[in-house]
Amino acid sequence: MKELKLMKGNEALAEAAILAGCDGYFGYPITPQSEILEYLTQDARKRTGMVVLQAESEIAAINMIYGGAGCGKKVMTSSSSPGISLMQEGISYIACAELPCLLVNVVRGGPGLGTIQPSQGDYFQAVKGGGHGDYKLIVLAPSTVQEMVDHVKLGFDLAFKWRNPVMILTDGALGQMMEKVELPTQLPRSTEAPAWATVGKPKTRERNILTSLHIQPDKMQEINLHLQKKYRDIEKEEIRFEKFQCDDAEIILIAFGLVARICQKAAQFAREKGIKVGVFRPITLFPYPYNELNKLADQVKGFLTVEMNAGQMVEDVRLAVNGKIPVEFLGRMGGIIPTPEEILHKLEEKFVGEMV
Amino acid sequence: MNEKTMTEEQHYAEVIAEESICTSENLVFEKTNVLTDTPMHYCPGCGHGVAHRLIAEAIAELDIQEKTIGVAPVGCSVFMYNYMDIDMTEAPHGRASAVATGIKRVLPDKYVFSYQGDGDLAAIGTGETIHTCNRGENILIVFINNGIYGMTGGQMAPTTLVGMKSTTTPFGREVEVMGYPLKITELIAQLPGVYYCTRVAVNNPVNVRKAKKAILNGFKYQELKKGLSFVEIVSNCPSNWKMTPVDSNKWMEENMFSFYPLGDLKVPSNPPKADKGEKL
Repeated sequence: MKELKLMKGNEALAEAAILAGCDGYFGYPITPQSEILEYLTQDARKRTGMVVLQAESEIAAINMIYGGAGCGKKVMTSSSSPGISLMQEGISYIACAELPCLLVNVVRGGPGLGTIQPSQGDYFQAVKGGGHGDYKLIVLAPSTVQEMVDHVKLGFDLAFKWRNPVMILTDGALGQMMEKVELPTQLPRSTEAPAWATVGKPKTRERNILTSLHIQPDKMQEINLHLQKKYRDIEKEEIRFEKFQCDDAEIILIAFGLVARICQKAAQFAREKGIKVGVFRPITLFPYPYNELNKLADQVKGFLTVEMNAGQMVEDVRLAVNGKIPVEFLGRMGGIIPTPEEILHKLEEKFVGEMV
Repeated sequence: MNEKTMTEEQHYAEVIAEESICTSENLVFEKTNVLTDTPMHYCPGCGHGVAHRLIAEAIAELDIQEKTIGVAPVGCSVFMYNYMDIDMTEAPHGRASAVATGIKRVLPDKYVFSYQGDGDLAAIGTGETIHTCNRGENILIVFINNGIYGMTGGQMAPTTLVGMKSTTTPFGREVEVMGYPLKITELIAQLPGVYYCTRVAVNNPVNVRKAKKAILNGFKYQELKKGLSFVEIVSNCPSNWKMTPVDSNKWMEENMFSFYPLGDLKVPSNPPKADKGEKL
């Protein structure tokens, strides 16, 4: 049996990066995720030879990622909301140059400098683009410290499978809370470079050029069509979600990340009162489980989407449902975490009166 | 074929054939294989083409083509990767030294250089430049300073001289409004992470040879893992200075060189073998 450890979310994620055979981490301190950089500066280099570098800014960090990823290495950065905003230009370049890398956003409340408390206010930024141009990140939303660990290897695997940046979209609470985790075994760092990597041009091949500049409109359109085809393929293959007591449910709570766990508690309270409530949790926010939600809409009276923002994912839930059933919303902002009781209250207020 | 129907091109082809001077024994110049055959997009008289060639020749002479990764900037030289037969990445505006840092850190045994203009390196990328130099990243930065934004059509650069006209300083750069031109090379020469820092030009054969030596030194010092090499090339921009190539070189010599004097700003106190041109 593998060893269980009690670890803080940020530290568990950092440990998972070392264990996944990560080649390089480039980051800049920002609350509530600075423990990731701190943890990695302790002994990551000694253990695996991994590069760990504190950059002078998030802008520099994401461009170091661009350089390192271009060499075909497993590189990652982490930050929190304002820092991720600064990285958006670089992320857009990386997406267009089709480079694999892992980005971690331990989200805090915004807009602006906001708060250091947890939030899900960066859903739109992560899922809908964030930077300029038509591109997509693969977005993973862990709900436990264990998933903070598991999504690191999964993230790198998806990034290299699709040559696409992957973002772990988590929040300040998951970053800071301690839970027991089972850690994977140490993977070796890869010694082979992919064919497209800029590692120096041997005489046996043409030079590799990594660029996002295609000045001819037809060429740029071709690149865009290629990217869009890749995103459609990702939508076909990589959708991940979790259902909790949805089979007999009359109402389903929709939430991602930490909030989905609070919703499970609310569902339990509801069932104790005789209201059949389930929980649906998208694990991939891109690609989003539209079809699954559309099917579920045929069997229930309504959805209640709960988020730590002003209503962002709820737009995707409504797109999925396409007007079949009511989709209500409960959102808390500014770093406030919704309680199971207030979720239950909202659910009763919106649905129970008419269900008799 | 009589002379009346002969085109100019045919005429010269015949002259060349008759005089037979184009023989291998007379060959004094050959394009290095590290440059591709792609025709450059640079304007006539622009210094970029020569600077590219010098870097390519240095890579060829040191036989490091298979171990070199270049980083192109945003600016006129954004298409540099079209002309260099090496692996290259095109960086976001100002971020070339950060991209080069990422490459060098994960591939410490490869040769890495960035090539950046004045807007890229000394305006939008100042932070990355200073910190890359200060960390002593073991890379070569080639900095082209022509005192103007070429690609976007002649706007003021951080290095635009006082009184110099640009499309955004149409009456000349006024210190009261736009401050002073930035001598970023003098600034970074002071940083302990910088091992070698020099300012050269490519306006005449003597300076071209000096510039080549500086670039060779920059690559050779990477082998020693001593820190950062920084080579500023003071250059011209005939199109946006609105001068002929000859006039632009003259203007550069008369105006740019007095503010940006050529020469070494920092050389290793105990010169390694690289200075003597020996193979390391």
